[in-house]
Parts: sequence; C-alpha cells; structure tokens
Amino acid sequence: MKDFIIPVRERDMGTPARSGAPVTLTIDGVPVTVPEGTSVMRAAAEAGIQVPKLCATDSVEAFGSCRLCVVEIEGRRGTPASCTTPVAEGMEVRTGSDRVRKIRRGVMELYISDHPLDCLTCAANGDCELQDMAGMVGLRDVRYAAPEGAGLANHFEARNTSGAANPEWLPKDDSNPYFTYDPSKCIVCSRCVRACEEVQGTFALTIEGRGFDSRVSAGGAGDDFLTSDCVSCGACVQACPTATLQEKSVIELGTPDRSVVTTCAYCGVGCSFKAEMNGDELVRMVPYKHGKANRGHSCVKGRFAYGYAHHQDRILKPMIRERIDQPWREVEWDEALSFAAARLRGIQARHGRKSVGVITSSRCTNEETYLVQKLARAVFGNNNTDTCARVCHSPTGYGLGQTFGTSAGTQDFDSVEQTDVVIVIGANPTDGHPVFASRLKKRLRAGAKLIVIDPRRIDLVKSPHVQAAHHLPLRPGTNVAVVSAMAHVIVTEGLMDEAFIRTRCDWDEFQHYAEFISDPRHSPEATEMLTGVPAASLREAARLFATGGNGAIYYGLGVTEHSQGSTTVMGIANLAMLTGNIGRPGVGVNPLRGQNNVQGACDMGSFPHELPGYRHVKGAEVRAVYEQLWGVEIDPEPGLRIPNMLDAAVDGTFKGLYCQGEDILQSDPDTKHVAAGLAAMDCVIVHDLFLNETANYAHVFLPGSTFLEKDGTFTNAERRINRVRRVIPPRNGYADWEITQMLAKAMGADWGYTHPAQIMEEIALTTPSFAGVDYALLEEKGSVQWPVNDAAPEGTPLMHVDGFVRGKGRFIVTEYVATDERSGPRFPLLLTTGRILSQYNVGAQTRRTDNVIWHAEDVLEIHPHDAELRGVADGDWVRLVSRSGETSLRAKITDRVSPGVVYTTFHHPDTQANVITTDYSDWATNCPEYKVTAVQVSLSNGPSEWQEDYAAQAAQARRILPAAE
Amino acid sequence: MSPPLPDTDEIDAIIAPHRNAEGPLLPMLHAVQDAFGHIPETAHRVIAEALNISRAELHGVISFYHDFRSQPAGRHVLKICRAEACQAMGGAALADATLKRLGLDWHGTTRNGAVTVEPVYCLGLCACAPAAMLDDRVLGRVDDARMTSLLAEAGA
Repeated sequence: MKDFIIPVRERDMGTPARSGAPVTLTIDGVPVTVPEGTSVMRAAAEAGIQVPKLCATDSVEAFGSCRLCVVEIEGRRGTPASCTTPVAEGMEVRTGSDRVRKIRRGVMELYISDHPLDCLTCAANGDCELQDMAGMVGLRDVRYAAPEGAGLANHFEARNTSGAANPEWLPKDDSNPYFTYDPSKCIVCSRCVRACEEVQGTFALTIEGRGFDSRVSAGGAGDDFLTSDCVSCGACVQACPTATLQEKSVIELGTPDRSVVTTCAYCGVGCSFKAEMNGDELVRMVPYKHGKANRGHSCVKGRFAYGYAHHQDRILKPMIRERIDQPWREVEWDEALSFAAARLRGIQARHGRKSVGVITSSRCTNEETYLVQKLARAVFGNNNTDTCARVCHSPTGYGLGQTFGTSAGTQDFDSVEQTDVVIVIGANPTDGHPVFASRLKKRLRAGAKLIVIDPRRIDLVKSPHVQAAHHLPLRPGTNVAVVSAMAHVIVTEGLMDEAFIRTRCDWDEFQHYAEFISDPRHSPEATEMLTGVPAASLREAARLFATGGNGAIYYGLGVTEHSQGSTTVMGIANLAMLTGNIGRPGVGVNPLRGQNNVQGACDMGSFPHELPGYRHVKGAEVRAVYEQLWGVEIDPEPGLRIPNMLDAAVDGTFKGLYCQGEDILQSDPDTKHVAAGLAAMDCVIVHDLFLNETANYAHVFLPGSTFLEKDGTFTNAERRINRVRRVIPPRNGYADWEITQMLAKAMGADWGYTHPAQIMEEIALTTPSFAGVDYALLEEKGSVQWPVNDAAPEGTPLMHVDGFVRGKGRFIVTEYVATDERSGPRFPLLLTTGRILSQYNVGAQTRRTDNVIWHAEDVLEIHPHDAELRGVADGDWVRLVSRSGETSLRAKITDRVSPGVVYTTFHHPDTQANVITTDYSDWATNCPEYKVTAVQVSLSNGPSEWQEDYAAQAAQARRILPAAE
Repeated sequence: MSPPLPDTDEIDAIIAPHRNAEGPLLPMLHAVQDAFGHIPETAHRVIAEALNISRAELHGVISFYHDFRSQPAGRHVLKICRAEACQAMGGAALADATLKRLGLDWHGTTRNGAVTVEPVYCLGLCACAPAAMLDDRVLGRVDDARMTSLLAEAGA
C-alpha cells in the first residue's frame, strides 16, 4: 500500500513540533527523548510507532475530537488522547493494549456507520486516512444499520430505506473551480476548519450546527465555497483525511503514484511543491512540507493555477516573419534559429556591435538567465542586457548595496516567527505574497504588532483576527517623507540603539545623518500636509517600531517603483540600522520580490553594468575571469538599460532584441513608447510560452518551456536557491536554456552544455557568492541561501550577523524630492497600481487558468467621494486619462482607497493600465514610477478608441499561416 | 406585517455596551435577539466587524445555539419537553396532540402569529413531568386541560 512508499521524512507526525528542554519517556518499551511540550502522539511517531488518528495532523494544533488515538499511561486513569497529552519525564505509554484496541474499533465502527462504503469508486481510494485507519484498527463489521422501510439517521444516503428524501443529506459543492466539497463523506474532524484558521489565517470555514447536525460550512448561511471568504489556498483540501475536500484533478485523473519536488514559478516566495504524477501526467501540485520558504503551505496560484502549461494558446512550434504586418509562418527550429542569427549578425554588420541586446527573464531559471546575459556579453560582444527587475526591484539592489553592501534581503522567511513589530510598506502580501502573508498573520495572531504604510487599506490593516496597530495612509509618492519622519522621531526622541550604531555603523556618517534628519522640516508635523499622514499616529508608529522589540521591515514595489525608489530603500535601511534591527532572527530589511526568480536574474549579471554577483563591468580583474573562461573580450562599458534600448530604437541606433520570458509591452510603463521602440527594430525575437503582447512586434517567435518541463534553480526573495526539476518533457521540444544555446551556436558560439548542472558549475566557478553551490549540495540540503562559500559552506540564512558585508553600515541622507508627476486641475487624482491574489503579473499564465473566475477584468477602485463628484456608480465604465494616454475600465467604489487616490491592477492586456503610466523613473536605477500617475476619471460608454485599435492590431499581428504540407 | 429591518446604527448602539466585555459575542447576540426577537441578517456584518471575526465564525456560533433565531417567532413561544422522563410520562402524546390541534409542525407559528411551538430537551423538571415552558415560565405536570388553558392564554 501507499504507506510503504511514503518516505520517513514525509510522514504525518500528528501534531506540530515543539522546542523545549528534552524529556525522556518510554512508549511501548521504546525510550524516546523529545522536546518539552511535545504530544505523546508525536513522541510515538518519533519512536517509529504510529498511533491511529483522524482529527490530528501535524500542520495544525491538536484538537482531541476523534478519540481514535487513545493510549494508556502508567499511573494515570482512563485512556487519554495521545494528541492532546503532553509528554512528561519518565512517562510509560502503551499504545496497543486490548483495552485501547477495543475502544478504537468501537469509535471506528461509529464513524463508518455514517460513511458511504463506496471506497472502490471514491476519488480518495488509496489516499484516504479513514480507509487506512479502518484497516489499522482492524474493523471487520459495522453493526449499526438502518431498519428496513424506515427512516435512518445518516448523512450519506440521498434517500432512506423507505425511499423518502433524507433531510440530512447535502449535495456536493462544486462551486470552486479546483476542488469539491462532498458533505456526504465528511467525518467532521475539523481539520479543514483548523487549517483555514491556523495555517492560512482566513477563517473562511466553520462547523455549523451542533451534535449530529454539525457540518463543515464555508462562509455564512447560504454561502458556498465560491461566495465565502475562501481564497482557495488548498490548505483545507490538503488537511482533509477523506474525499470530502478533493482536488477536481484527482477526481478526473486518479490518485498519483509518484512525485517530484520542485519550485513554484509564480511569486518571489518560492514555495516548494511536490508535483504528483500518475504515469507521465501531472495530477496535482501539493505544497512540500520540508520546503523552507513555505513550510507546507501554498496559495491558489502555485497549488492550482498550473493549467496554462496545457492551454490551447500555447505555441509549440517556432515561427518567423519578414515584417510584423505579415502573418506568422511555422518553421522548423533550424530555420527559425538561422533566420534569427542571420538577422542579428546582419544588424550588427550594418549598425555596429552595440545595436542589438537581450532582456533576461525573471521567470526563467538562474542557468537560463546566465546563458542569456552570456549571449549578449560573449556572442553579441556588448553589455546590452537588462531584465524585468529594472522595472521592479532595481532600487532594492542599489539602495541595499549602498547601505549594507548586498543587493538582497537580510533574513529568511522563518525569521518572521520571532518578530515583535512588523512594518509593511508598499506591499500587499495577502495578494502578492500570500504564503508569506499567512506566516505573518500567524505571528500577528500570536501578538506581534503591525504598522502598515500604504495608500490603500490593504487586507492586513484589518481582517479577521488581525488588526494593524497603525495604518499610515500616505499620499502616493511621499514614501521618503514618511520614512524620514519616522527616523526624525526616533532620532529626536532619542529612541535609537546607540550601542548598535557605534559598533556596527560608521559613526561619523551617522552624526551627519542625525543632524540632517533632526531638522524640523522632517518632523511628522511639518510633513503632514504633504503626506496626508496624521503626525500623532506617525509618531506613535515610530515609537512602537523603535521600542517594541524585534522590528522587521517588509516592503514591496510600492517602495521601489517611484522616482525616489532608491531613496526610500535607503531610508528603510536607515530605520533598521537606527533601531539596531539587523543581524539576528526576527528583524531585518526584507524586500518581497515580485517574480519567482527576480533575485536570481539580478544575481546572474542581467544588468548592463554588472557581471554575475553584482560586480561592475569596469573591473578589469572581474572581466578577466570571464574573458579567460569564455575566450572573448568583454566590453568595459556598461550597456543599455531597457528604457535606453527603446529610446535608441526610436532614434534608429538599436535594431535587434532577444527577449526571453518577459512581456515588456504590457508590463513596462508608457505602452505607446514601448510599441514605437519595438516597431522601429529590424529583429525582435520573443521567446515565450504564448504570443504575448510584445510578440505583436516580433519577427521571430521561439516557443518556451514551462517550469514543469526543465531542470534548473530559482532564487527567491530570501536568497534561497531552490531546485526546479523536470516533471514532464518540454512540449515545445526543448528547455529554454537549450534554445538560448542553439541560438548562440547559430551565431557561431561553441557552447556545449548538456545539463543545467554544468551551467551552475560555471556560475560557481566565476561568482564568489555562489562558489559553494552545486546540484549535489542542493540535492542534499534541499535548498541553500547565498552566499555559499568557504566561510558559509551550507549557505547564509541571516546576513550581516557580526558585521555588514560592506564593513560598517552606512547612513545615507534621504532628502525628499517630490516627483515631477503631480496632480493638478486637469489630472486631479493619483493612480497607483498593484496586484490581486488570483492573478499574477501580466496575467499570461493565470489568465489561462480557472483563476479568472475571481478576477475576470481589471477594475478601477475609486473612493465614494470622488465617484459621486463624477457621477460614477459601481460597475460603470469609466475613462481613465493621464498625460500619457487613456484607457477604459469598470469602476469599483470602495473606501479602501483614500479620497484623491484611485487604484487598478495590470493583469489584463485589454485594459493596458500601462498606457496611462508615465516614463518618469527612479533617479538611480530608472525603475519606472508605476505607483504614481496623475489622472482624471470620467464616465464612458465602453472601451476607448485606443483599446479598439490595439485589439485590432493584436489580432492582425497574431495571425498564423497554416503549416505548409 | 413585519417591522422594517433595523439599520446598522441601531445595531451598533445595541452591541456597543458589550464591546469591551470579555467574551463579548454571546452577550451581543442576546442583546440583538432581545431587541428584535431574532438576529437579523443586517446584524451579522456589524457584529463580525466589531469583533474582527469572519462571517463563517459568526455563523458557527449562531447556528450552534438553537435559541438564536434568524426569523422572528410568534408573540409567545411554547416549548414542550421531549426528553426521556417527560416522554415516559406522556409528553410525546401531549406534544403530538398540541401540534395537531394547532395544525403545526415543530418550529411552526400559528397563522395569527400568537404562538410558536418548539421542542426542548429537558427543562430540569423531570420530577413533575411532562413539562413545558411558555415564554419565560416553566410549567410542570402539563396535561391536556392545562395545555388548553395555556394556549388560550397565549391567544392561539
């Protein structure tokens, strides 16, 4: 049976692990030592003894309701439940006496008397704990049966023996697109309810009624799973011991028989999953208990939204065309690659070496990204490589690099379990980084305090059992002023950690900074008019952060995507250094990375001025490493950033682009400018799963492979290098790294990688922070956090423990400079943009899954006051206009946004929120200012003229000629 | 004709005194039911918001207690004991006869809105079974005649 193939590590231990002083007891004569507070059940499991159980599982606290796990304890009366009984020194436990065996059979007999016996046709057949336990306790007979021709009391027969409808029977709830709730199979163990509360923290489920009428219920009376608060994270489905909550994919495809551990390709949390297979078919994705980022939890995207790999829109054959007004022509790989190579070489011959470039992908693996930048540097012979991190976290790299000396977050996600005060600034974790949000909420429910700095009232501000101590609803664009005001309070009220600053930071620089920040113009009172944040609550928030114990700061794109993004990052680093919150568990500065491998893409030298490991191309000794290995000369001059490439294209000096796994037309700001740049190029090569928006301007389309179809590594927001493992063969024929290699070879390179492990060897050989990384280590440890080197052979969970990477921490003055993008009479509102739980980035993947049921279109959130002024009602079409462009979408009236602020998402190309955004950008890194655009909103009849033109152009550009026979 | 639904402010005012109590949910629900004779749907969001609990949790609590109503009852509520001692002393027959006389099923309300009949499981009057309860008054040794006068008193 299945149990024999469950590896020891993956066994359910029954109750959660504890940490405490060691306690020794004997169980069935076997001595075992476990931490204090451990349950007898878990201690038995540690000793290799499985006590039968139904309501216990190690993802949630013990509940003691099923009474199957009873044991006998020497010197104690009765038969206590082993799940709720903590161990004690010298305890002698018997788990299998006749007495407990008899009790267990009796309990099981009652359970089975109210459960259908359709095991052979049940979706959980072979994967059902009720079935396993019935076997384990040796149940042979059920004496309780309904009398002939009379009523019966059970929950699983639609009609009783007399043929009348059974009022206790409830039909299946199919409303969720990914799983079903079949009440007839429910044993009311409450595991789902507890998982929803303890693991996910949504509290969407409850037990309704009492006694025999007790039922699992989603939401209130009359709700089903879809209308309830359920966020479809799958924790309940995973916790369910029967087929009551069951993935629809398992119902359709059967139970899996093997699994491959891999890493989710959505957000920067980087959850580990088991891809469970039946033959060569992927049946389901289950969060991996030993994944160090997610600790066995998941969200709706990673758990369920992988169907895009088999979506009909996916392109599987290479395609080319002479001009972008022609239809696509499907060709063989050879033809596509030689066409692309000839064009690129031709462009270089005509317009110079620097007239072509690449964009690496934050969704591809480290190895693939490394090869793409190597293509630019070694084959194109220039540094024209950039990545989508340019438009998200480039200020993080710059800001943290300047202050601390590394371009990455300081902690691991486990650190949140030890934090006391959390600042969340410019991030919406419950939507953008849901698994981290669940871990954070768990800590908040345990008493940690929360300060939210965000123009919107995000869910964390107030949701069941979580309430922010302070919400500072700032005006978009005033981050620096708010962060500086907090520092002002801390410095002027003498709340800083002077000992830390003296020992760990540059004291002279601090003096300079303290003088700067103490100036009354930075006080909360002075900046209140500007930021809209009440001075009193800002003061209280600052005091709480400085004095509340371990303080951690988590931030997202609401910090970086501003004209002063880098300045805010430095301001955040200053706050952490001022309060001594660096270098131990529970503290730190933690960027929440947007995409799965945005950290890795940055690490791998995707930027035009940096070789892998953030080393400037000007450094001759760094260039020498690569020049020697690659046998080429590396350009000492930094290349072009994405916006520069597009500007140069419009000017006619940049003519060819290889863009892997990114849709710059939809995701980059000022869509019209991007389109003009792309249209001006002679060779645009798009390497992607789908004909994305950028592909409308492409000459070559190289079909990409999904994360399920290749080997490699992703690096998540905590610098964790996680393995991606091939689950199914690439449907397009090749993994992405193979395709880049084929293109390089077509252009004359002599690359000969046969497995991504060899690429990682090259990375380790040339990049000091990756020196100790190889696939064997990842196989052994599961994952490691860089730097991995001789000093830290198993990786570095916490950075800057004894000293900053750059030596002394550096305080940098953070002068607030208002953005040039201002609201005025013509554009009186400020637009800010973000993400929603069910969709991801430009939506290329999630829009091609059933996730659209939750978010079928982008909507504009607008405050009731602003809506009333404009005569806008909920659901109306509105025109959204900025200096850059206009689009139309539906309005949603809500007081989550402040008056004067509107908000939308950018998941849908038919809305194209980025037509609106401007080309203002961060002063240091060119990261676009997505988060602030002055706009006007007015009523409209439907899509704008631009949207209609765009749709027509896209349809035209996506034509594919039937393949020649 | 049912009275107009209570508005949010009204409910806010009713639950306000309990906001800072320890374990405030049940006192709030009682206060609302005392005020309206039932817990109207409009109260759910207000209470859940006030205590920062989910609507599922609130539903779990309300549905656990049979005495919390989602609809108003009749002007009087008659509860007839269905527990063992009363059944042994003719309680079941009394209940059947009463329901039949009123033409109701359990939980039903007479057409004139006077009486709602509900089962109850033990009123602690086993020594003087069969027992019943009319509104707040517990009654022992209820026979047909006593029931007739009770129903007349209630206006059924």
